[in-house]
Amino acid sequence: MTKQVFNFKDYIRPRFFPHMWCPGCGHGIVLGALLRAVHELGLDKNEIVMTSGIGCSSRISGYVDFHSLHTIHGRALAFATGVKLSKPNLKAIVPMGDGDALAIGGNHFIHAARRNIDITAIVMNNRIYGMTGGQFSPLSGSGKKATTAPYLTIDRSFDVVELAKSAGATFVARSTVYHATECKDLIKKGISHKGFSLVEILTQCPTYYGRKNKEGDAVQMMESYKANTAKIGSKKLEKDPGLIQRGVFVDNKDIPEYCEAYDKIIETAMKGKA
Amino acid sequence: MKNKNNIRFVQGNEACVEGAIYAGIDFFAGYPITPSTEIAEHLASRLPQKGGKFIQMEDEIASMGAVIGASLTGKKAMTATSGPGFSLKQEALGYACMAEIPCVIANVQRGGPSTGNPTHVSQGDVNQARWGTHGDHAIIALTASNHQDVFKVTVEAFNMAETYRTPVILLLDEVIGHMREKLVIPEQGDIPVVERLRTSVKKGVDYHPYLPREDGRLPMSDFGSEHRYNVTGLFHDMWGFPNNNPQVVSELLRHLVDKIESNVNEISMYKEYWMDDAEYILISYGSSARSAIHMAKNRRSRGVKIGVLELQTLWPFPADMVREKCAGAKAIIVVEMNMGQVVTQVKNAVDNPDNVFLANRVDGELITPSNIKSLLRMIQGKGV
Amino acid sequence: MERSRLVFSGSGGQGVITAAIILAKAAAIFENKNAIQSQSYGAAARGGSTRSDIIIDDSELYFPKVIQPNILVSLTQESYNKFSPIIRPGGLLLVDSKYVTIGKKVDAKHIALPMFNTIMEKIGKPIVFNICMLGTLIGISELIKPESIIRVLETTIPEDFMEMNEKALELGLEMGKKERY
Repeated sequence: MTKQVFNFKDYIRPRFFPHMWCPGCGHGIVLGALLRAVHELGLDKNEIVMTSGIGCSSRISGYVDFHSLHTIHGRALAFATGVKLSKPNLKAIVPMGDGDALAIGGNHFIHAARRNIDITAIVMNNRIYGMTGGQFSPLSGSGKKATTAPYLTIDRSFDVVELAKSAGATFVARSTVYHATECKDLIKKGISHKGFSLVEILTQCPTYYGRKNKEGDAVQMMESYKANTAKIGSKKLEKDPGLIQRGVFVDNKDIPEYCEAYDKIIETAMKGKA
Repeated sequence: MKNKNNIRFVQGNEACVEGAIYAGIDFFAGYPITPSTEIAEHLASRLPQKGGKFIQMEDEIASMGAVIGASLTGKKAMTATSGPGFSLKQEALGYACMAEIPCVIANVQRGGPSTGNPTHVSQGDVNQARWGTHGDHAIIALTASNHQDVFKVTVEAFNMAETYRTPVILLLDEVIGHMREKLVIPEQGDIPVVERLRTSVKKGVDYHPYLPREDGRLPMSDFGSEHRYNVTGLFHDMWGFPNNNPQVVSELLRHLVDKIESNVNEISMYKEYWMDDAEYILISYGSSARSAIHMAKNRRSRGVKIGVLELQTLWPFPADMVREKCAGAKAIIVVEMNMGQVVTQVKNAVDNPDNVFLANRVDGELITPSNIKSLLRMIQGKGV
Repeated sequence: MERSRLVFSGSGGQGVITAAIILAKAAAIFENKNAIQSQSYGAAARGGSTRSDIIIDDSELYFPKVIQPNILVSLTQESYNKFSPIIRPGGLLLVDSKYVTIGKKVDAKHIALPMFNTIMEKIGKPIVFNICMLGTLIGISELIKPESIIRVLETTIPEDFMEMNEKALELGLEMGKKERY
């Protein structure tokens, strides 16, 4: 098969555009990385189901020309679990915001990871609730300003990667929208992985998080992703171990995938009947 | 006599499971909760035997979500719950109304509010079935008073879910769910089974998932097939794309309500006992209908002209049918185990609401025939 | 037949509810009668008092609960104390003589038999106490045929346990037949 040149128009729904993201938002880069990943994997658009919840990031599912399921706040992984288990040949991709995935949807997140069901969760972490106008999220961390934290946040934050690891996710990775190619490569690995995969992508919200916390405009925020992160195993990280790590943290192929395990249940049950 | 293998002695919850299997259930997601748990337990064993899928989710909300996801892949899907779990499912239930996704939700009622009376009977969720989720919408809710009927209305719940592209609520109760009696499994074909209506639109031709046909039905396309479309809980156009244009919003909302309310006659299921010459009419449903029928049979044998109208469809409420059946009755007694939920509907439906009385019990015990008899004697001026 | 209204009472784990299900199922499936079994229970799976109601009749059954049983079986003192006042006048009261001391007599035939002790003596397994109780009850009342109970057991319990259960049923029948009235 000759590889076609990537053209984003082959993968989007023009009827849905222009998109609703603010100028300078990092989410478009995630969309671009996702579409390139799908293209490079040579996936058939009919075999992909994008399931999302509520929030800025969740609108991705409508923009792409795949089967798309835009559900309710926090529950996307539960809906996707129903899709995947009932039709395991479909590729289930679930883009989520940090509030969607880890506040209201935290329970579904850890249980999807625990089951090791073959879903790729992409957590687009901008550390804020953008769609509702700049309230702090469980990933804002303490000492940050938000509309619901006028005196600074006192809530501590989750580390998404550590949470996914301890919940049993069998593929865990992190990147940022500054590292667009790396993003694409990690999403590709996540989709190809048989089991629950989590790809966290740091993405800027200049409109709310950036303005409230004086982190500059979109360009400055993206540059900070370059400055404050380092690849696992890099010299940069060795020199400064306090930097946010990027790359693949877990890639475990030994744990049975949930739908495949259930197929064995069916085999047993059918034998019992006969 | 039927083949003995078709005769079971089971709980109502198992009759519901057998009905679901007969209707072609492919997928169940649930969470343990009394008094509905036996539905999940039996399906955990029965579904994989026929290649179907069972999953115990992390909570009630997730179960409802998984059911909706499964339905979109073309599967017949169901969940089961009770009181608190039914409350938790309401947001996703509304999503299924808005996105027009066929599915069945069994609520085996227990005493509420809150944790309430988990192991005891109640019929307190009738109005929650109607209005539990937010916003205007229409809903179908069915119930039954014996296991043969539980089986039948479960099949009908799946049928109506497919016919009207809507969630259907099966409103059972603790007494029916847990008591055991005989169930004869009908032969395949005895009860018609409605399969999903899928679009005939060919690949490459624009498919409109939310454009009703002339007959009001909306053919579906399974996730994974050649038509890729968007499903959302936002108001949406005929392609499923979010749209808040006032005309689109208004038309969609009217469609969601009309597709059910305008078919009330087709949806309405009920049974009549000694109604031909009845001067006194008992209206009941679910387990309390058993007490009503018991009491009426007993009074009939003593010459009282009394009949029973047993409702199996609670929503949409069959107001016209109830008005016609009750025309000319001396008194109408609604027998239910709540503070008066169906009685309000009956009062609204009949010509003379002053003739409508409530016989209820809300202590977690099944209302007895003598409880109803006492009220009848009061109405007749005989004292208790 | 006359409508039979039974209440089986005891404590959780004695197999009271299982016995009720077996009896009702036997009547419904193998004797083609109408039968209903129900139970009231709390949150505890073991211990605590349990009650199961059974109604058997040739005609259609609607109200599924028993208000006044014409047969009451009590396997604990607590359940005897609680339920003996509701027995239908002229009914039958069957208790286990190890667990229940009859107090104030009610208008009913009182039968106290060493069902538990007999089982422990002859079989040594308390698990079939409830089957022995069923045998005793059928021995006294001829409510249904013992064969119908056997047929239910055949479809519900593992083959290895069949012999023990049949023996327990037989022991009960023998005890019960002597008490026919």
